[in-house]
Amino acid sequence: MHEMGIAKQIIEIATSSIPGGMEDIPVERVNLKVGKLSSVVPDSLRFCFEILSINTPLSGADLNIEVVPILARCNECKFEWTINEPIFMCKNCKSGSIEIISGRELDITSIELENK
Amino acid sequence: MEIKVIRKVLDVNNTMAEQNRKMFTEKEVFVLNVMSSPGSGKTTTLEKTLSYIIPEIKSAVIVGDICTSNDANRLATTGVSVVQINTDEFGGDCHLAAHVVEKAACNLDLDAIDLLIVENVGNLVCPAEFDIGEDAKIVVLSVTEGEDKPVKYPLMFRVCDAAILNKIDLLPYLDYNREEVLNNIRQVHPEMPVFELSAKTGDGFTPWIEWLKSRVKRKI
Repeated sequence: MHEMGIAKQIIEIATSSIPGGMEDIPVERVNLKVGKLSSVVPDSLRFCFEILSINTPLSGADLNIEVVPILARCNECKFEWTINEPIFMCKNCKSGSIEIISGRELDITSIELENK
Repeated sequence: MEIKVIRKVLDVNNTMAEQNRKMFTEKEVFVLNVMSSPGSGKTTTLEKTLSYIIPEIKSAVIVGDICTSNDANRLATTGVSVVQINTDEFGGDCHLAAHVVEKAACNLDLDAIDLLIVENVGNLVCPAEFDIGEDAKIVVLSVTEGEDKPVKYPLMFRVCDAAILNKIDLLPYLDYNREEVLNNIRQVHPEMPVFELSAKTGDGFTPWIEWLKSRVKRKI
């Protein structure tokens, strides 16, 4: 639902990351990491990005989204596992005291400029 | 040519939220972010909550809605200061962002209060993602909603520090499986306290009020 605002932030960060003197080189791709637990719908985000990037240096760039799985670690028995269902209890000892190691990401990792 | 960036997309909001947190800590104000789907009874729960805690806990409320000041008008009758935010000025946002909360907080005398309640926009998705500089987040769920809400919206139930199950006075009239919803909450966030109450009758409020008061007093 808030993908429009997120797309706007992505465009701002990506635009400000283009090195000085390279503003005229088209941006081919923006690489993004989105955790499975974050409340972002990749298709909606791509749609918003496409519309908002018109008339910016990112116009026509591909938004490449790497989905990061939800990894958890048990604070009791130190067991690590991937969460695929909404069950946040240790798979090994059933403890509820767990830590989410990954899955909340919403990060820009890099931008790719066209090679001339 | 690849250029490394490595930035959090919500960096701007997160930075603003940290500034809010610092400001609220300096002013010794405990901030509670209250979230839920529309119609769960957030406003009624807050009206009742305020009636139990004031004047002991000096409070103020920031209310977020897309349109209208209906909720602010209702909460103002409790006698506390209320600031309404209408997010249609900010593009009809489905959540309150940190800068919006900061702007609203500037209209309140933070030296005069111990507790600032932020009633977020009714929505179980987006508000979960946005830090506003609060000390605790709670989610209000009502028994007129599906028992599977916690597993449908796991992020919301993961990020919260407590959950309220509201409208329990309606249980005799509904085919609602109370055990199922409690199990679903436990699955998503095993260590989170759940307060079952009725904002209409006041039933079940004591443990919730004790929890809130102890959290506020730990900070101020």
